[in-house]
Formats: sequence, C-alpha cells, structure tokens
Amino acid sequence: MIWEVFRQEREGQPFTHGGSLEAPNREFAEAYAVEFYGRRAESVALWVVPREEISDIEDPYVADVFDRDYRRVDGYSLKVKLREARERAGTA
Amino acid sequence: MSAQAPPSSLVETVLAFADDELVLGWRDSEWTGVAPFLEEDVAFSSIAQGEIGHARALYELAAGVLGGDADALAFDRAPEEYRCAPFVELQLVHDWAATVARHWLYETADAIRVADLMESDWDELSGLAAKMDREEAYHRMHAQMWRDKLGGDERFEAAVERLWPYALGVLEPGQRGRLAELVGRDEVAAVDRGAHEDSFAALHEEMTMVRRSIPGAAW
Amino acid sequence: MLERMSEEEFRAYVREGGQVETGDPMPDDYRKALIKFIEMHGNSELMGVLPEREWILRAPTLQRKLALTAKVQDEVGHGQLIYRVVEDLGKPREACFDDLIAGKTKFHNVFHYPTKAWGDVGVIAWLVDAAAIISQKALLKCSYAPYARIMKKICWEESFHILHGRDVVLALMTGTDEQRELVQEALDRWWGPLMQFHGNPIPAEQDPMYQWRIKSQANEEARQQFFDGYVPQIWELGLTVPDPALRQDDEGVWHYTEPDWDELKWVVTGHGPATERRLGLRRASREETAWVRRAVLADAA
Repeated sequence: MIWEVFRQEREGQPFTHGGSLEAPNREFAEAYAVEFYGRRAESVALWVVPREEISDIEDPYVADVFDRDYRRVDGYSLKVKLREARERAGTA
Repeated sequence: MSAQAPPSSLVETVLAFADDELVLGWRDSEWTGVAPFLEEDVAFSSIAQGEIGHARALYELAAGVLGGDADALAFDRAPEEYRCAPFVELQLVHDWAATVARHWLYETADAIRVADLMESDWDELSGLAAKMDREEAYHRMHAQMWRDKLGGDERFEAAVERLWPYALGVLEPGQRGRLAELVGRDEVAAVDRGAHEDSFAALHEEMTMVRRSIPGAAW
Repeated sequence: MLERMSEEEFRAYVREGGQVETGDPMPDDYRKALIKFIEMHGNSELMGVLPEREWILRAPTLQRKLALTAKVQDEVGHGQLIYRVVEDLGKPREACFDDLIAGKTKFHNVFHYPTKAWGDVGVIAWLVDAAAIISQKALLKCSYAPYARIMKKICWEESFHILHGRDVVLALMTGTDEQRELVQEALDRWWGPLMQFHGNPIPAEQDPMYQWRIKSQANEEARQQFFDGYVPQIWELGLTVPDPALRQDDEGVWHYTEPDWDELKWVVTGHGPATERRLGLRRASREETAWVRRAVLADAA
C-alpha cells in the first residue's frame, strides 16, 4: 500500500508533500515516515495519508466564461476618479 | 554516588551491557542493504545505529573508571574478555523471522535492564540509562510493530521458542521472572553469559581486522 | 495537467524548461527513456551499498562505524525514493529487482569492482561520491518533476557523505606511512573506473537523455567538473594521480589519457570483477526474504 507523506519544515510553515512510501498499514507508515523525513530532525511535524485517499483535481481552475474582474486587483482602476476627487477637495 | 568510584561489579555490568549493544548492533548491521524491503532496511539501520550509539556511551562511562577510551574497550580486548550474552552473538541473517524475534525479545529484556539501571546509585549510569530509555521507546515500538504483524506466523513463533533460553541469558537471574511475565512464557534454563558462541571468534576477527592492521593508529 | 501535444511540441516544451508530472500525457519514448535512466540510478544506489556495507562491520572506531552506517542507510533510502518514481511511471519495484538480478538492467561501473582495504572506504566516499554528486546536481533540472524533486533531497543528504569521505582520507594522510600508502594504493585502483564513470564524451545533441532534458549536462562537461573540483584536492595532499598525461591547459581544459570505453561497456554489461558475487548476494537475500514481502506487503491494510 502506498502512503503519501506531508511534512512541516519549521513551525508555522505550511505542510508540503515530502514523498511516498510502501507500508502494510498505518503503524508501519508512520514509523517509516519518521525514518525517511525525520531522522535528521529535518521536519517538525509529519502527516501520512493513504494515496488512494488523495484525489487529483483535473481542472484546478474553471475558465473565465463571463468576466469576473471584480475578484481581481486589475479589475479596479482608481486613477481617474482619484484625480477628480482631489481636484474637488483642492488637494490636487 | 558520584564522588567515589562505583563498585567493580557495577562497572562489569556496564561493560557487559556495552558488549551486548555492540555485538547486537554488529549483527543487526549485517542486514544493511539486504533487508526484506527498502523502507524496513532504512528503519532497521536506525536500530543498529542506536545500539552502537548506546554501546559507545556505555564504553565511555566504563572508560572513565577503567582508563583508556571507548574505542579501546570496544575493539582492543581479546575475545575471551568480552562479556556479551550468547543471544546477541547468534548470526541470524538472512532469517528475518529469527531477527525480529530476537529484536522483540531483546527490547523487552532491555526495558527491564534499563529500568533497573535508572535506579542505580551511580549517578552517571542512572542518567545514561534514562537517556537510553527515551531512545529505546522507538526500538520497542518498532519491535512491537513487527510482533503485531508476524505474531501467529509459524516461522516467527518457532523462532521465539528457539531463542527464548538465549533471551533469558541477557538478564540477571533476579530479573528473568519479569521477562517471562512480559513475554507470556514460562521461565526455562537460560543460556548464560560465559562461553561464547562458535561464531564469535569470526565476528571478533572481522570486527577488529582493520584496527589490528596498524596498532595504535588514529583512524 | 499538461495538454496532450505532438512529440515535436513536447520536445520543444521540455527543451524550454517545461515540467512534466506523473499523470501528464507524454510520448512513449520519453516514458521509456525516463524509466531506463531512473531505474539505472536506483540500481546503482542499491549496488553501491554492497561494497560499503562490508566495511561497517570492520570500521576501526565507533564513530566511523556509525558514520558509515548512516551513509549506507542514506543510499538505501535514495534507492527507495528512486524506485518509487519508477514505480509511479509504470514499472513495479519487484520487476526492477528481477531485472537487476537477472542482469537485464545496468548499474554504474564503479560498483562492479571489489574493495580491498580501509583506504578504499575513504577514496570511495570522497571521490566516487563526488563524481556521482556532479551528475546528481545536473539532474535537479530534470524535465520530469517527481525525479527533480527527489534529487533535491538526495543532494542534500549526499553533502554529509563527501565530508565523511574526506575526513577518513585526511585521518589516513595525517597518520602513519602505512596509512598514507593505503590511500595512494586505493586511488591507483579507483582512478580508472572514476574516469569512465561519467561515460564516453558523446555530444549533447546525440544523447537522447539530454534531448529529453532528463540529463542537462553532457558527459564530458561532468568529467571536466570533476577534475576542476577534485584534482587540486588530490594534489594538495601529496597524492599522485596515476595518469601521467593528466594536465590542465591554458584555457582550463583538462587533458587526460582516454579511458578504455570498450572496457566500460564490458563491465556494465555484467562482467566486472565483483558483479557476479554481488548480484548473487542480492539474489540469495531476496529469495530468503520473499516470504516477508508476501506476508507483509502483498495484502492491503
């Protein structure tokens, strides 16, 4: 059975994928994860997950069919309105 | 007891323990690269390193009283001077069932031995035993993991049966009852320390061949 | 996930630095080349363990025993990482071992040679590992991302190995005359295989592994890098390189006696002095532990 190992390099950091290993059950998987990703104290935390529990999402991004620029920074252009507002306030 | 020298019987105990760890670590190292599968190869190698590391610490402790250094005690004595139990001398590679049977029995016996040493009046020894106990927790877990997997398997049970008298020989007579209880077997006549296994001469020869090739050299 | 593309588009994609993941559509030839290359690497890690493990048992101090055990442990660990990548590409680990033992797949020339003395331990960890690390660093840019990722971990762990090797050699070179002689003698024997290690100098354009960006360094480039890094280290200890033709020209290019490429081919096709014995050891231990794999790995949790 294949298990995926996720590791945290330093406290507070995100967990990242470390690698995979073969083990008959969770007990063995945990022991081996410690060996492979912790024997040099290189990880402060470890997770193991059976590979079959992980799904690979084929399409991580639904293509923009309709314009959704209101969700992005480049959807906003303040320059013109800001100049007009400053002129009205006499602070231009 | 930290200002005066510990009794020689206690130093003998430390030396015997060091010899056990050294020789078992040596036997366990025979699996390096040829263990049943790669993940276990790496894990078992850590066990072997742990044992050698404990041997080193114990030899250093003994050297503090006897003189010399850890390497001299580990490698420069004549075969008859080693105090290891026959149990650790048995060459078990490539028999994995026997290897994990020994691993499980030895770790169980060691837990008793270490617990007693943690109560020692010799402060340095009790301190070292406490440190070893922390590392041994991983060894015990690993041994139990294999016992859970192979328990009931004919090969494993036959190996435990065969090795049981040897396992008892690791401990002092007063400790053996506790081992029997933990393992769930009746106490039998133990294979005591004293005479070495036939294979020990060859082990010692190989273990010391480089060191003996240029006596007194630094490596 | 990558879009499906023609082989020509794929070649251009990887040439420009494009990355490929496990499930991505890829040309058959690319997948086959990957498996062949990566499997040989895994085989080499596993066979490289065998010359070194004997010396764990013979290490002359407790520190050396521990260091050597840890080094060999790393190499077995690298084997695990590498075979996992091969398995995810479609060739199971057991099939890899079957082929290795049957002599159907290759491993690096250096692991076909016997070791003779403690001097070999130092020279192997210092120079053979150095030669390997040069190739491994170049693999960090491999187009196949899972392999590039494990190479990062492998290179990090290898950094300890070279230091250990150099430490062993320096202890010998500052020891007795007999100890110094051990190093020179080992160097004399290992230099030939070391020169062959990076392979014959085929131009990058003719090397399919380079074209697929599996390797990103030509063979000769790796060898020149080895000279640059390690000949000065060898000379500064007063050691002699057993090649009278070895010299560096005004442009910094190293000239040397051309290795016997036929010999290299002969050795890696299973005819090295230690090949049979080592494969035999693998075969025997594998047979005796087959029941463990069946009992432990075959059934799902």
